[in-house]
Amino acid sequence: MNRQEQRMLMGNEALGRGLFENGCSLAASYPGTPASEILSSVVTFSREAELPIHIEWSINEKAAYEVALAHSYTGKRAAVAMKQVGLNVAADPFTRSAYLGVKGGFIVISADDPGPYSSQTEQDSRLFAHFAKIPVFDPSSPREAKEMIKKAFELSERYEIPVMVRPTTRVCHARQNVTCKKPRLLERRARFEKNPSRWAATPQFIYDLHKLLNEKMDKIAEEHVLSPIPYASLPSRNKRCVIASGVAFAHTYELLEEMGLLDRLDLFQVLLPFPLNRRFIDMIQSDYEQVLVVEETYPVIELQLEKGKIQGRKSGFVPRQGELTPDCIHDVLERFLGSASQTHPARVAQPGKRPSLCPGCPHRPAFFAIKKTFPKGIFPSDIGCYTLGMNLGAVDTCHCMGACISQGAGFYHSYAQDGGNIPPIVVTIGDSTFFHSGIPGLINAVVQDARFIIAILDNSSTAMTGHQPAPHLGIKADGTPAPAVSIPDIVTACGVRFLRQCDPYDVPAFRSLLEEADQYCRSEQGGVAVIISKHSCPVDKKAIGPEQLYTMEIGETCDGCQLCLKQFECPALVAPEADSRAKGRVRIDFHTQGGGYLSSEHGEREGVAPAASPREGATRAPLIDQALCVKCGVCKHVCPKGAIAVKEETKA
Amino acid sequence: MKQQIIVSGTGGQGILFLTRFFAEAAMMMKLQVLTSEIHGMAMRGGTVVSHVKVGTFKSPLVREGHADAGLILNKQNLPLHRSLIRPDGYVFVNTDTPGDYSSIDASGLALGAGAPAMTNLVLLGFAMQRGGFFCEADVARKVLKKLSPPAHLELNLKGFDMGFASS
Repeated sequence: MNRQEQRMLMGNEALGRGLFENGCSLAASYPGTPASEILSSVVTFSREAELPIHIEWSINEKAAYEVALAHSYTGKRAAVAMKQVGLNVAADPFTRSAYLGVKGGFIVISADDPGPYSSQTEQDSRLFAHFAKIPVFDPSSPREAKEMIKKAFELSERYEIPVMVRPTTRVCHARQNVTCKKPRLLERRARFEKNPSRWAATPQFIYDLHKLLNEKMDKIAEEHVLSPIPYASLPSRNKRCVIASGVAFAHTYELLEEMGLLDRLDLFQVLLPFPLNRRFIDMIQSDYEQVLVVEETYPVIELQLEKGKIQGRKSGFVPRQGELTPDCIHDVLERFLGSASQTHPARVAQPGKRPSLCPGCPHRPAFFAIKKTFPKGIFPSDIGCYTLGMNLGAVDTCHCMGACISQGAGFYHSYAQDGGNIPPIVVTIGDSTFFHSGIPGLINAVVQDARFIIAILDNSSTAMTGHQPAPHLGIKADGTPAPAVSIPDIVTACGVRFLRQCDPYDVPAFRSLLEEADQYCRSEQGGVAVIISKHSCPVDKKAIGPEQLYTMEIGETCDGCQLCLKQFECPALVAPEADSRAKGRVRIDFHTQGGGYLSSEHGEREGVAPAASPREGATRAPLIDQALCVKCGVCKHVCPKGAIAVKEETKA
Repeated sequence: MKQQIIVSGTGGQGILFLTRFFAEAAMMMKLQVLTSEIHGMAMRGGTVVSHVKVGTFKSPLVREGHADAGLILNKQNLPLHRSLIRPDGYVFVNTDTPGDYSSIDASGLALGAGAPAMTNLVLLGFAMQRGGFFCEADVARKVLKKLSPPAHLELNLKGFDMGFASS
């Protein structure tokens, strides 16, 4: 490439590019929206240069953090990337790393999800950084995110401290033209200097390390170059200012520009929300009478501005939860400036169509079988595509990564201590989630003599986040071979004595295994029963495709009960729409079911529908959308009347 | 030049491809550009809307009533996302039901040509022919050549031209 080049980069790619350009020689991550593309972009960029970079999809965020930390101890630059709840998993190494510090530049990228769009909380990693006493940058765009990686490495090495870069979904998944440069060659050799009083600090050393940490924070808060950036003419004539950070700053700037107020109101962009620049705090306190703070998602800047005149999320002037969209900030600004004629009710985003498991997804028959076999069961589940098993009534709980197994044990003990009938408890957990944090829960369940069924949904992929490899697949982040770790071996080693494996496409076989497992749980010598539900994700390009394809049809025996739509929810099985049938063609133009999840617009389906007849069944008979159908043939197990049948079988 | 565009549909319909298309086209025209997408759970067939802002913007999001044009790949999304488009903005909808918007049966045309996957390109071609976009059709074709995987290039161009030629 040329020395400088404009490229269209997603925020996550800009972060990855920043790591690549600034001499990062180890990057570790666990996938999670909105952070997943950071690491894969480092893989892509690393192919542009002969730089040795160790890039890994770690088993979980804690492992990723610790691997990267030791790399930094040897004097080299390292980074770890995760979504915000991943930082909860890495909280232990994270908080202590502030005390012990680092050697080579060390960056923690923790991506927040105000809204949230794809997360179980909308927690603010900046507040976590505040708690841990770790400085944190808050980029407002992909371009800025890349620049902040450079600044963060420098700050980290200047103070020997981990530095966080906190993007939000709107930065991670924004695209922008970004200037790319050649990577910087640092040529550092690994050199670990032993210093047990620091790297193995026992409590007697912690007091001094904590004091040193506090001094570092004070010095960073004095750094002029990290001070908030003023926009417009200062100081203000009207003693009023707006302080903003992250993408909320970008929205605010643009709104003030549009309202023609940029030169009439002081605006500050905070680059480093913690520690907030000391002089800036003093200046705000002395020069302004009315201060509005616009930040996502928790009040972090606001908490550091001490007096009572601050309006923000803590004061309740800015909505205390949810994404700060431009429309939301517009309303806040109007009220702050006293120009609002009225408070606009927040526009509640309409939910639209709910997500659903893909056609041919192996999780669907697994959930269908579980629900059919145990209609009154309790179903703890976990985080991944398979959370969508909720749509099939086969997911009752979803808490945090790996929680389902321990929740299964908790449900068991609770019912068991009452005596009497214990409902069937069937836990579902994905392969990647099992490795991430399911294993300790499994050992715990076994040793506490819990008795329930665990179905490990092994689709050989981390599908929800973009098909990253998991430890049983024997592939590294860059696609090269790696040693594989077998799930059955782990399950056995955890002390499980009932272990079976089954392709969930074979619904009757899967159901009889579930029955068998239930009997085992209830037998005298019973315990935890594990069934590995094994079938590759059909969306994963790495997966080996099916050998047989089945063209399905809906026959005359269909009585229109629509159980297949309600209990199987395959996107390729669609509800009929009476009007278009009259025209001799079938077009689905609106939702006909509760969540509105049955439609698609794939044009004509002539000849797919059964012939119209006065019979109720025929008018309510579902249709097969051949454009969406992947010909897996699994739906033949679904209809109690046997109306969904194989029309034609072909070799793939 | 400042232009704001939204692309609305359901996960899997090629919303992200169209978003990247506009972004690359802007870059080819040496214009600043910002886009916003949603990934993750919503991509499993759920409702998705992405935002494109060409010109000197800072925020990646389009405000209510500020989009100059909208490409709606799914008529069901019209009530959800129409309010993002200016009252006098262009509304392009993939449907065979005419209404107070510009419509084309992109799904039907794509399916008729044996390639339902190019539905998004048919709608794009249709919109490019009448939308007063920041880029012309020749730039669009160049961008498609750059972005399409080799196996899909021919179909993508065919879909685009089919939409562009339709009245």
